Amino acid sequence: MTSTTSTPTLLSVQRLTMRFGGLTAIDDLSLDVPAGKITGIIGPNGAGKTTLFNCLTGFYKPTTGTLRLAHPERGEMRLEALPSHRVARDAQVVRTFQNIRLFPKMTVLENLIVAQHNVLQRASKFSVAGIFKLPGYRAAERQAIDRAAMWLERLKLTHLADHAAGDLPYGIQRRIEIARALCVDPVLLCLDEPAAGLNPRESAELNELLLYLCGELGIAILLIEHDMSVVMNVSDHIGVISYGRKIAEGTPEQVKHDPQVIKAYLGEDEDEGAAAA
Amino acid sequence: MSAVVFARHAMTPAERLRDASWVAFVGLILGIPLIGLTTVDVGGKLAIETRFGLLAAAVVAVFFGRLLLRWAVDQARNRKLDRDRASTATAADRARGTQKLVSVLGWLALGASIALPIAFSDNRYVVDTATTVLIYVMLGWGLNVVVGLAGLLDLGYVAFYAVGAYSYALLSTQFGWSFWEALPVSGAIAASFGILLGYPILRLRGDYLAIVTLGFGEIIRIILVNWTELSGGPNGIGSIPRPSFFGLEFTRSAPEGQQTFADFFGLEFSAMHRLIFLYYLILVLALLTNLFVSRLRKLPVGRAWEALREDEIACQAMGMNTTNIKLSAFAIGAMLGGFAGVFFAARQGFISPESFVFTESAIVLAIVVLGGMGSQMGVVLAATLLVLIPEFGRNFSEYRMLLFGLAMVLIMVWRPGGLLAHREPTLRLNPLVQDAGAKEAA
Repeated sequence: MTSTTSTPTLLSVQRLTMRFGGLTAIDDLSLDVPAGKITGIIGPNGAGKTTLFNCLTGFYKPTTGTLRLAHPERGEMRLEALPSHRVARDAQVVRTFQNIRLFPKMTVLENLIVAQHNVLQRASKFSVAGIFKLPGYRAAERQAIDRAAMWLERLKLTHLADHAAGDLPYGIQRRIEIARALCVDPVLLCLDEPAAGLNPRESAELNELLLYLCGELGIAILLIEHDMSVVMNVSDHIGVISYGRKIAEGTPEQVKHDPQVIKAYLGEDEDEGAAAA
Repeated sequence: MSAVVFARHAMTPAERLRDASWVAFVGLILGIPLIGLTTVDVGGKLAIETRFGLLAAAVVAVFFGRLLLRWAVDQARNRKLDRDRASTATAADRARGTQKLVSVLGWLALGASIALPIAFSDNRYVVDTATTVLIYVMLGWGLNVVVGLAGLLDLGYVAFYAVGAYSYALLSTQFGWSFWEALPVSGAIAASFGILLGYPILRLRGDYLAIVTLGFGEIIRIILVNWTELSGGPNGIGSIPRPSFFGLEFTRSAPEGQQTFADFFGLEFSAMHRLIFLYYLILVLALLTNLFVSRLRKLPVGRAWEALREDEIACQAMGMNTTNIKLSAFAIGAMLGGFAGVFFAARQGFISPESFVFTESAIVLAIVVLGGMGSQMGVVLAATLLVLIPEFGRNFSEYRMLLFGLAMVLIMVWRPGGLLAHREPTLRLNPLVQDAGAKEAA
C-alpha cells in the first residue's frame, strides 16, 4: 500500500505557500490525501502542521498554491477560495482544534445540535416554521437529536449528554469535539492532535474509533499527531513536515526509517539538535 | 503590609489580632489628618485644634470592627463550604430546583403584574412606576438577545429605542398613522438600523465593539439634536397621538360622530383609564417579547447566538455563517428596542433627545448584567430593583444615587454571575421528569 495510486485522491495540496510577513510557515508544500484512508501529518513543533490545517479550512488564505477537493457529490472544489464556514458547510471538510474549542456553557447535546445548524436552520425556514413549531421543523429537530444521540452512543458519551461541556474532563472534551465534528457530516475530517492529553487507554480507544470511522463509514481522515502510538498504528500514509517543507512521505514503516525524518526529529549532531529544539 | 490580605484559609487568633492591628495602624495614619486635627475659627483666624480622644476611639473601633469582620467572613465561608460539600451529589436535583423556582417566580410575577392596576386603580404613582418598570423589562429582554445570548457588548442600545420612538412620532404626527399601524413599521426601521450598525462592526470584539456601539448611540442622539427640520432638535416632538382602545379614545369628550372609551362602557370619565390601558398595553408587548425571545432561544438561530458567545471560531468550523448570526442578533435586538421606543413615545406624548442619553443604555445594560446574562427572569428582577431603588431613595434625596451604586456593587459581590445565573439547556436528551422517575425506581 505504498502511495496513492490504488485509491482516488480526495484532496490534492499543490505548491502551497503561506507567509506571515517575513516568516514562511509553509514553503511550497504538495501533498495528496487519498479518499477513505487515514493520512497522518507529523513533524517537530512549529513545523507548520496547524498552519496547513488553517489554510485547508479557510481560516488562513494561502499566499500561493491550490487546494483541490474532489467532493464525491459536488465535484471539484477549490478550498483556498472558500471562507471558513463554507469549507465546513459546502465542502464538508471539518476540523477539530489543538486547544479544544467547545461551547463550554452549552450541554454536550446542544454542542452536537449546533453542529447541525445549517440543516436545522433550513428546516426552520429562517425561524418562521420554528416559532410556530410546525411539524416539518419538529421532525427535523427530532432527526437532529437522534443523529446526535447516535454519535453520543458510539463515543460512549450518552450519560453525559445533558452536562455543560466545559465542566467535563479533558479527555472527554476531546471526544465531544470529535463527536461534534462528525455531526457536520464530514467528507474529510481533520483532527489536530486528538490524542494530546489522553492516557494510554484513551489513546487506544481513539485508535479504534479512527479505524471505525475510516473503515466502516469511509470518512477520510487527516491527522496531526505527536503520539506515535496513534499515528503509526492507524495511518495508511504519513507526510512529514519540517520548517514548512515536506521532507518525507510514505507508509509508517518507510517514514520511521527515513534518514531525513530521523534527522528532523533527533538532529544530526548535538549542536543542530539543540538549535532545532 | 503583607498581613492585610484576604486570606483564603481560616485565620488563627494570633493572625486575626495581627491583621486587626495593621488595619488599626492604617486607620491611625489616615485618622490623624482626618479626625485628629481640625481647624477652628479663633477671632477671624484659623487655628488648628487636636482631637486625640476621638481619634483613639476611632482607632479602637476600627480594631474591633476588623476583628469582627474577619470572624464573620470566615464563618460565612465555612458555612458555604459545608453547604457545597453536602450538596455535590445532587446536581440534577439542584437544576430541577432552580428551574422550579424560576417558573414559580415567573407565574407569581405575572399574577402580580396583572393584578397591580386593579389593586391600585386610583394610585397614579404606582401605575406609572410599574409602567416604567415594564418598559425597562422589555428593553432588557431586547438587549438580552444581543448581550446575553449572542455575547456582543452593546453600549448604544438606546439608539434603537430612540429610532423606534422618533419613527412613531414622525409617522403619527406627519402622516397620521395610528399606533398599531406604526408599531411594526417602526420596529422594522429600528431593525434596519441594527443591521446598519452591525455591518461595520462584524470584525470587532469585546472592548472595541463596545466603543463603536457607544459611538453609534451618541451619533443618533446628536443627529436628533441637530437635524432640526426632521426631529425638532432639542425642542423634540410634541402632541404625539395616544394609542386608542380599538378606536375608542381616552378623552373627556369625543370628536363628532365618535365615542370615547368611558362612553362606550358607560363609565364615568377618569384619567386613570388611559394609564391603566397603557400599563396593560406594555404588559402585553413585554409578554409577547418574552414569548418571542424564549422561542427563538430554543431554535437553531438562538442556539447559534449562544454558540457565537461561547466560541466564534468553533462556530465557523461548524459551517455557521457568523455574519448572518451576528446581524440577526443585532436586528432582532434593535427591533425589540424599537417597539419599546414606540410605546415610550405614545405614552409620553412628547419626546426629545434628552430621553435617549447614554445613561439609559447603561441602565439597560446593568439590568441585563445584574439579572444574569441570558436569563429572562433575571431581567425582570433587575429591572424592578433598578427602577424601584431610586424611587424608594427619593426620601434620601442626595444619597439616592449613592444608594443605587451601593446596591449594584452589593449584587455583584453577592452574586457575580447576576441574580439568576442558572442557564436552562434548550433541549435535553433525558428530560428531567424521566430522570427523577428513574432515580425513584432505582
